Amino acid sequence: MHAIADAFVLAVKMIFTGDPDVYGITARTLEISLSSTVIGALLFVPLGCLIYFNNFRGKRLLISIIQTCYSLPTVFVGLLVFLVFSRAGPLGIFGIMFTPQVMVIGQVVLIGPIVIGLTISALSGVSPAIRETAISLGASRFQSVWTVLKEARFAVLTAVMVGFGRAISEVGLALMVGGNIRGYTRVLTTAISLETGKGEVALSLALGFILVALALIVTVLANRFLKVKEADVAQSRAPTS
Amino acid sequence: MLKVERLHHSYGKAEILKNIDLGVERGEVFVTIGPTGSGKTTLLRLLGLLERPTSGHIYFDGHLVNNSERQRLEIRRRMAMVSQKPAVFNASVFENVAYGLKIRKENGASMRNKVMNALETVGLSGYERRDARTLSGGETQRVALARAMVIEPELLLLDEPTANLDPVSTSHIEKLVTEVIKKSDMTVLMSTHDMYQGQRLAHRMGVLIGGEMMQTGDPREVFSLPQSRKIAEFVGVENMLGGVIASNEEGIVDIKIDGAVVEAISNLGVGEQVYACVRPEEITLARTKESTSARNSFSGEITRIVLFGPLARIELDCGFLLVALITKRSAEEMNLQTGNRVYASFKATGVHVIKG
Repeated sequence: MHAIADAFVLAVKMIFTGDPDVYGITARTLEISLSSTVIGALLFVPLGCLIYFNNFRGKRLLISIIQTCYSLPTVFVGLLVFLVFSRAGPLGIFGIMFTPQVMVIGQVVLIGPIVIGLTISALSGVSPAIRETAISLGASRFQSVWTVLKEARFAVLTAVMVGFGRAISEVGLALMVGGNIRGYTRVLTTAISLETGKGEVALSLALGFILVALALIVTVLANRFLKVKEADVAQSRAPTS
Repeated sequence: MLKVERLHHSYGKAEILKNIDLGVERGEVFVTIGPTGSGKTTLLRLLGLLERPTSGHIYFDGHLVNNSERQRLEIRRRMAMVSQKPAVFNASVFENVAYGLKIRKENGASMRNKVMNALETVGLSGYERRDARTLSGGETQRVALARAMVIEPELLLLDEPTANLDPVSTSHIEKLVTEVIKKSDMTVLMSTHDMYQGQRLAHRMGVLIGGEMMQTGDPREVFSLPQSRKIAEFVGVENMLGGVIASNEEGIVDIKIDGAVVEAISNLGVGEQVYACVRPEEITLARTKESTSARNSFSGEITRIVLFGPLARIELDCGFLLVALITKRSAEEMNLQTGNRVYASFKATGVHVIKG
């Protein structure tokens, strides 16, 4: 009990004194997770639109598969990425195994289904009358899709944030393809698992607090956006012109 | 401006529109009336190029609308549609009205001007910063109208614009539509299930029943000379007396109805099953049997009196049911009460005979 209390105090100290280890790892974590989230959003929100707005055979099946992949085990994605990018793998020539780049690629794959799936649900939450109205007022196909996406903006943002949450909190993939190299591919989750193993509980705790804090910030922001959605009334923007 | 040839549309096996032919001139207000479910909305959606017809041709401004997405968009940009229950974008009233201009890349200053003008026209000045989704039904409809008008479309399609509104909002919207029509040379194609609204607004109207355009013509013609029983029922010919032509002397016919005989003008032959249609406002009531030029006079008992506005609707049992519409004032002066016996008369020329 005593040891835990000591570790707690030390952890708080590390956070507030700006421990370079703690902040280095945090910065690297944010860098990797934000990159994968931004890339994921740019790829998968449009892909979600493409799936939602087109009718094709097997659309339902595809959506079911996507939803199933929400809970894809991170170590399994890690394994696949490992197989593809390891020296002997098909993309081994790039030699990016155990780099932040490959971690970003892995995380993009990991959050893909969530962002696509939640984008699709976000879009289906918008009444079809909105798109028809846009079209009847002269919108082109692209403009009408953009209008629907704008209507669903809060739900789409939430989709992206959930993706970010998954990216920042996963450990299996980061460990397998990143390798937890200090100052290079070490992120909050991999550091916690390592430091705990080494008995450095204080550092682990400090990193854990930061991780929780980041998760909290994301949740709060997501909730605020959702609330804004409800209370959009009062703050309706001034005309832009 | 708009021409439609042999337009058919089905959803699966359900045939919604059958063989519609229609022409609308530039600057004309054409109103389609018909009961709910008769295909009015589908017709407007096809004409608004929101859907493609199963078969048939639509010509816009002389051009055949084909299947090219590009041409359809180009034509669609020359018209605007307001639906029965308009959807508003999750944005301010200003943004909503500006939508059509924005996607046409209108520049800021002129866009602002046009939007403000449109809002003023619909009586929503000062609403521009309000969230469009917090508006009442009537206000929403006005925003939708402003949003469509601001584009200055050549063709304005209105799908039952007042179907979900209270009477005050309805008359407001009607006034707006009339004003807009007067001010511009916009062609308007509107649908309504309210035949009186149709009569108030239309230059020409078409009766759509069961997916078929049963009759087109100027409103007065459609109302006073319906071509079939279905149309007569829909346009509110309340007195439709079924009978058989007993004689025809130089166009003056005697129609036998439940023991009574109604005199009318018709060129149909003896023995034909017909309906004698008499509009309630064509019937005059009297306390005593007076000598008049009206060829038809029946004695009947008042079974019901309903007052609405300045009018009184009087139901009579003359052996058959007859409905008369007179002013409230004259009902009061005559001191008409339920149970009273009165004489109902109407001229032979006031009877419109349709084949049964």
